[in-house]
Amino acid sequence: MVSPAHYIALAVILFVIGAVGVLVRRNAIVIFMCVELMLNAANLAFVGFSRLHGTLDGQVIAFFVMVVAAAEVVVGLAIITSIYRTRRSASVDDANLLKY
Amino acid sequence: MTTLAAAGSQRYAWLLLAFPLAGAVILLLGGKRTNSWGHLVGATMPVAAFAYGVVAFVTMLSYPAAQRSRDLHLFNWIDVGTFRVDIGLQLDQLSICFVLLITGVGALIHIFAVGYMAHDPERRRFFGYMNLFLAAMLLLVLADNYLGLYAGWEGVGLASYLLIGFWYFKPTAATAAKKAFIANRVGDAGLSIAIMLMFATFGTIQFSGVFHAVPSASSTTLTAICLLLLLGACGKSAQLPLQSWLLDAMEGPTPVSALIHAATMVTAGVYLIVRSNPLFNLSPDARLAVTIVGAVTLLFGAIIGCAKDDIKKALAGSTMSQIGYMMLAAGLGPAGYAFAIAHLLAHGFFKAGLFLGAGSVKHEMNDEVDMRRFGGLAKILPITFVTFLIGYLAIIGVPPFSGFFTKDSIIEAAFDKGGTSGAILGCAAVLGAAITAFYMTRVMFMTFAGERRWEESAHPHEVPPVMTAPMILLAVGSAGAGAFLILGSRLADFLAPVTGAPPESKGLFTLPGTVTLVLVVVGVAIAWAIYGRREVPVTAPAGNFATVAARKDLYGDAVNESLLMRPGQWLTRLSVYFDNRGIDGIVNSLAAAMGGSSGRLRRLQNGFVRSYALFMFLGAMVLVLGGALLVVRI
Repeated sequence: MVSPAHYIALAVILFVIGAVGVLVRRNAIVIFMCVELMLNAANLAFVGFSRLHGTLDGQVIAFFVMVVAAAEVVVGLAIITSIYRTRRSASVDDANLLKY
Repeated sequence: MTTLAAAGSQRYAWLLLAFPLAGAVILLLGGKRTNSWGHLVGATMPVAAFAYGVVAFVTMLSYPAAQRSRDLHLFNWIDVGTFRVDIGLQLDQLSICFVLLITGVGALIHIFAVGYMAHDPERRRFFGYMNLFLAAMLLLVLADNYLGLYAGWEGVGLASYLLIGFWYFKPTAATAAKKAFIANRVGDAGLSIAIMLMFATFGTIQFSGVFHAVPSASSTTLTAICLLLLLGACGKSAQLPLQSWLLDAMEGPTPVSALIHAATMVTAGVYLIVRSNPLFNLSPDARLAVTIVGAVTLLFGAIIGCAKDDIKKALAGSTMSQIGYMMLAAGLGPAGYAFAIAHLLAHGFFKAGLFLGAGSVKHEMNDEVDMRRFGGLAKILPITFVTFLIGYLAIIGVPPFSGFFTKDSIIEAAFDKGGTSGAILGCAAVLGAAITAFYMTRVMFMTFAGERRWEESAHPHEVPPVMTAPMILLAVGSAGAGAFLILGSRLADFLAPVTGAPPESKGLFTLPGTVTLVLVVVGVAIAWAIYGRREVPVTAPAGNFATVAARKDLYGDAVNESLLMRPGQWLTRLSVYFDNRGIDGIVNSLAAAMGGSSGRLRRLQNGFVRSYALFMFLGAMVLVLGGALLVVRI
């Protein structure tokens, strides 16, 4: 029997993996994927709590999150592509001109 | 003594001020357009003022003695609450003496200057300043209140500054002008505080009001006022300790020196004290201070005069000394006021004559003033020589020339004061007379006697009549003024309603008078032995300790420098140090700390996305944990 606690634990594990990925990876695409992972961890938590409470609110919010994530991917990938075109690199450390 | 309103021709007494003031305005505002005829206007105005002065004097003589003091109200100057100043002119026996001296001698000096300044491109400006000088001095002696007097006092200071620095392109002249102005400021401060104190004590600064209220004041206040007035008088009259500007003031053109020394400026201090006689009469301490200042200065100036090779500076030392006599006399109280004024008037004649003589010598010697380079000028400048000789006989006090009568009166009055102080003052005055005889004889021998020592380039010949005429007139005054004023105590009787009458004269040739004459002869003989019998060396000998000290003005400048200038400079340096290290240090280090820390803080903005992300995570964690903590607490 899979209890809601398991869903929550899985969501936390996924979120932490995503967060660590965002912090330690330098490839913009991988960072992007990690961000997606974090969003989906949140989705999982919403859905898990929705099931726990027996309401549909969490599931509706999960849809909203998916829409936002899709929009974010559109904009983010466009930026990453244009950076790659000009710099021939997808590393976020190379795009560091805006600083002190 | 009551003051009546002016009537008749005296109602136009403002003309006395208006003439020279109009001259100054025309010449100074008229600019170059007045260049060709400006000096004529400048010379006419004092003559016109003198003519009016004579009319006013004759009118005054027609009144009985008790009604001769007349007041002419001009306008209400300041009227604020209880403070009310009316500008008015006071024509009385004392002021008319000064009016006649200032305009009469002043006019002669102006006429002389027409010739003396003939080749100066700035002659018009010169006459403008000279007229301004006369106007200020006339306001000083004619004002019927202390504020008007103060306005004239400051005007005289300004005009003297402009005239001493007339040749402003010479650094020495510019410095001398500044020095005169600053030394005068010190005295002016004393006078202004005295006036404020008078207003605080008496509630008025009108002469009549103040003098009327004097008996009600405490003796401490009176002494304070009198000492402050004395400080003012010291500044203007170049008495110790504010004497140092007078010798440097010789940088101005010679007619200016004549005007400063004879008719205007230095006589103002004596006028102030004699005018304030009701105050001084009630303050014996202040009068003692005046006599001490006078006695010390008369010796001080005489000693300086002995060592100077510059003819103008020797005469300047002598002025200091003669003004010392006047101060000494003024400090004696009613016994001396009239003699101070008598000596002042006689001095006006002979000192103006001597300075004009020196000016004409300088004019003919290519502006050389070193007496060691003169010699033998008696034959070449006969008129100058004779007029100078008469001035010389007058100043050393040979009977029957004027200095004999006026100086002798002062010496007698000093001895008559009685007590130790009287004896000391009298001896100082007698000694001063002997030294005067020495240094003036020295000037005579070095300039007019002996062999010629001037350079080939100078071609001296007698000066034009426009310059000799004033000298001749002044010589007449030098010869006769003393006898006229003193014999039959004419001046003393005339001034008695204002200054009080001196005691009956014991007659001429009393013991002190005879001793003085003998000492004068000794002084002349010593000077003859040193400068007449022997050839005067062209380069000054090294001289002993006393000569060196006298050449340096008895270290007057050195004292000022070490007592005032250097401590002042230390003070400024100290403040600059504190400002740089203290105030600036605090402010600068604060700014540096801000700049440094923000420079370090800026480094956080390093451009790496991952570090921004880390901060975001940390911030989010803080918020979440903090929120959780709050929830748990609640």
